[in-house]
Amino acid sequence: MDALIQLGIFATLLGFGFFFGRRAEAKHYQSIFAREDELRQIVVSTDRFPPKEFMNHNAALVSGNVVISVDYFKRVSAGLRALVGGRIRSYETLLDRARREALLRMQEQARIAGAEAIINTKFETSRVSGNNNKGIGSIEVLAYGTALSPKALEASTFTL
Amino acid sequence: MTTILLSNIEIIPGKRVSQHLGLVLGSTVRAKHAGKDIMAGLKNIFGGELGGYTELLSEARQEATDRMTEQAKVIGANAVINVRYSTSSIAAGASEILAYGTAVFLEER
Repeated sequence: MDALIQLGIFATLLGFGFFFGRRAEAKHYQSIFAREDELRQIVVSTDRFPPKEFMNHNAALVSGNVVISVDYFKRVSAGLRALVGGRIRSYETLLDRARREALLRMQEQARIAGAEAIINTKFETSRVSGNNNKGIGSIEVLAYGTALSPKALEASTFTL
Repeated sequence: MTTILLSNIEIIPGKRVSQHLGLVLGSTVRAKHAGKDIMAGLKNIFGGELGGYTELLSEARQEATDRMTEQAKVIGANAVINVRYSTSSIAAGASEILAYGTAVFLEER
């Protein structure tokens, strides 16, 4: 009987994870695509030096971060995949979503500051520990860079 | 009090480094609180963003940046360039955030 209950809980969690996780991911991707279109006018690059046309701009640090978690179903399926090796799709999409979200938040901050470009963009990824350190669970991604805004707009102070 | 310019590039457009004042850094160790942890536990089933953690980590990063800026002010800098962030989880439920950069004195070119 006990084993049956445990199996039931496991199956319920699996079901919840599958259903809500899929929906959350689809919704998140939709919002990412929409916002990426909206923020396309802000140039994001990894160049270390400002391009010629931005030589007279103000520079300021901007950043965006996000902590995102994978659902139960995907964690289980990733665990199974780890037995045989190969690409773990569920974690690939998790990291992809996190990076793009962080990038978008950074761009949004730059837009508020009136910036035209962000250079020297860096990513920083870390695992948020907890949950008894089981699996990767949740990850944090930080994107930061230097926003270049035209001189006419006075540089304001930014919050991270 | 002048605000300190922060940037992660080495050469600031339209400015010239007149004094190099060395490395400055600021760090902070934060733990999350139990209520948020329970919420995060739920999110681990459904998937999605952990808003509480996002906030916590961005606050911690702000704190580390402030400490770094404070250090830069003390040694008489007006900008910190080449700023880098680094994160490490030192124990279950706690993470350390480090911000470091080069304190310099900038002059208009």
